[in-house]
Amino acid sequence: MKEEIIFAGFGGQGIMFMGKAIAYAAMNEGKHVTWIPSYGAEVRGGTAYSMVIISSEAIASPLIKEPTICVAMNGPSFRKYETKVKTNGLLIMNKSIIDSPAKRKDIEILNIPITALAAEAGDHRIGNMVALGALLGKRKIISQESLINGLKDIVSSTYHNLLPVNEKAIRKGFEYGSR
Amino acid sequence: MDKIFEKPESIRDAGTHYCPGCGHGIVHRVICEVIDDLGIREKLIGIAPVGCAVIAYDYWNFDVTEAAHGRVPAVATGIKRSLPDRIVFGYQGDGDLGAIGTAEIIHAANRGENITIIFVNNTVYGMTGGQMAPTTLLKQKTATTPSGREQKIHGFPLKVCELLSVLPGVVYAERVTVHSPQNILKAKRAIKKAFENQIKGLGFSIVEVLSPCPTYLGLSPKDAIKFVGEELTKEYPLKIFKDIT
Amino acid sequence: MATYAVGVVIVAKKVLMCGNEALAEAAIRAGCRFYAGYPITPQNEIPAYMSKHMPEAGGVFIQSESELAAINMVFGSSLTGTRAMTSSSSPGISLKQEGISYLAACELPSIIVNIMRGGPGLGNIGPGQSDYFQAVKGGGHGDYHMIVIAPASCQEISDLTMLSFDLADKYRMPVMILGDGILGQMMEPVEFKDGTKLEIKKDWILDGCKGRKPRVIKSLILKEAELEEFNLKLQKKYNQIKNEEQRCEVLYRDDSEIMLVAYGTPSRICRSVVENLRKKGKKVGMIRPITLWPFPEREFKKLAKNVKSFLVVEMSCGQMIEDVKLAIDCARPVHFYGRTGGEISSEDEIIKEIENING
Repeated sequence: MKEEIIFAGFGGQGIMFMGKAIAYAAMNEGKHVTWIPSYGAEVRGGTAYSMVIISSEAIASPLIKEPTICVAMNGPSFRKYETKVKTNGLLIMNKSIIDSPAKRKDIEILNIPITALAAEAGDHRIGNMVALGALLGKRKIISQESLINGLKDIVSSTYHNLLPVNEKAIRKGFEYGSR
Repeated sequence: MDKIFEKPESIRDAGTHYCPGCGHGIVHRVICEVIDDLGIREKLIGIAPVGCAVIAYDYWNFDVTEAAHGRVPAVATGIKRSLPDRIVFGYQGDGDLGAIGTAEIIHAANRGENITIIFVNNTVYGMTGGQMAPTTLLKQKTATTPSGREQKIHGFPLKVCELLSVLPGVVYAERVTVHSPQNILKAKRAIKKAFENQIKGLGFSIVEVLSPCPTYLGLSPKDAIKFVGEELTKEYPLKIFKDIT
Repeated sequence: MATYAVGVVIVAKKVLMCGNEALAEAAIRAGCRFYAGYPITPQNEIPAYMSKHMPEAGGVFIQSESELAAINMVFGSSLTGTRAMTSSSSPGISLKQEGISYLAACELPSIIVNIMRGGPGLGNIGPGQSDYFQAVKGGGHGDYHMIVIAPASCQEISDLTMLSFDLADKYRMPVMILGDGILGQMMEPVEFKDGTKLEIKKDWILDGCKGRKPRVIKSLILKEAELEEFNLKLQKKYNQIKNEEQRCEVLYRDDSEIMLVAYGTPSRICRSVVENLRKKGKKVGMIRPITLWPFPEREFKKLAKNVKSFLVVEMSCGQMIEDVKLAIDCARPVHFYGRTGGEISSEDEIIKEIENING
């Protein structure tokens, strides 16, 4: 298997972190992974992306031209990446803040109220966890439990009190994605 | 007969390359006497600058390295932080410390590095042929100020001790001169204190030494000494600028 | 699992780390105990990591006032026998050139990391490889060389950083680790190997002359004959390194008609190109220099016997290509494809270039 995933959205939506979280969990499942951030000033406030490749074989190029999965957390990133998703790929979009509908017919679209579901889970800021859950609901790249278990390793211990609400958000997204 | 004067152990038995009447040899000797007095020769690392004193290692009988132009305080920082129980001193001229190496000296001083800097100010570049130094006096003629240093073109003489003494990392800053035997003794006391401060772990110490350069002042050794005593000390007053030891 | 430094128990065998952090951790494990540097993107994770973990390892971290100061602090630390390192990115490396020349002249072991970005001038913070000439031809003044090491993955960054410290000590010279913005920022699983096994007695350091004759470490050699003699001594050492330290990786050595040549991030893309074209039966291979100096000339000479042409792919306007031509004495056509300014060649672009060569 090989999945090439782009996470994109506003700086502050946890775009870098969602990439790290899934890459870390996949590594713990014995898969090959690479994670590349958009780095520099654009990371805060502007459009940010992170690229993750998860593969059962060694990864040559860590760069992604046509993602097999794209998670668009806001309007600008949806407009930027809708056209780039590989045929038969998956586009997860944040219905809560993206107004326009997707035009592509050759890809699978999961239009999901990410921000609203995050708020339901207890914190509107953790839409990234909802999106990851939904992604794993749709594509069983790794187990949901690996993702949840991995969080405590990569989240600073200062924020470990937030782990339960993150888990809730992941499960909520997973349920939505599995439908 | 009692021996009352001898070569310090810290000085090598070598002929001098310095010009007749040059102050560097005196400053070298004073430093080496202090090193002998304090018994630190075997735990010492000296740093020679770029300038006339670049081959100071030919005279110094202890471990010495040589830094790129102006970088003495950075090299000293690297040595002292790696070997905190050794004694590290830098020897710098006015171009090395006051022009090309101002960033390094200010930040080493401001970090309060526990090192000793001996700064020799003779108001002119010797090694390269008598060009203007940052400390050249106004109206002083040099190879690059043929009509005399003009403030509008070249700025003002740089006051290093005055500048550094405002930094909280500096524990001791004194300006001395070596133009007379009496002043040489005072210079020795200052240099000794600057080393003692480091031994006690007190922080950054600098001694600025006014020194004659007869060759590029265009004066006889005798007149060069007079110039240092009468002219230089007016622009660069002799005093302890800071002592919080 | 936030802490990986020496003395801390590793919870998992493999850790997910960005290249910059892997480099810093590997350096500490290799016994680096002095780091000085000045912030510049895209290598800022190195000083940040060092500031936290170097004190834990009993070493020194200094955020210097400039790159000039940093390289000269490394000079000072190295001459005490300490394993010392600095890091920066392109514009900052230009500032370090003075110090690198002095390190080479004084034969002081030291590690200089360049996580290259787009240039010239301030350029941008995108990945670049346009400092190749500066790195391998001697960016500072004088007849000197650094060993230049080019990793292509986080694992290799870790392994080769450890090797670099050994090479620096073995040959008493500065070693440059030449990466790019992608390698510095990219996270991959890393498994840290054991640090150095090399035991070298440093009988040249300055630490006070107790019980021995005073030593001098300097680069001023006023007499022409003596400086010539010294330079020839350096060249002898460089020739030994050329003989013993050439490193590279070759894919499909035996039957490739077109050989891609790339290092660092472009080599990752070229690897994908090669694997994809091989599936289609195309006879394409790759040679990836791991030491850029010494350049793996021997391997190139061997390949030139059977390969029809070379295609050099760089994130520059064409720098390593000159060494490829020199290595094979222009015995085969050497083509070039490069992107610059922080842009990266895509697989499609490279495939198109290969098709053009095939006509």
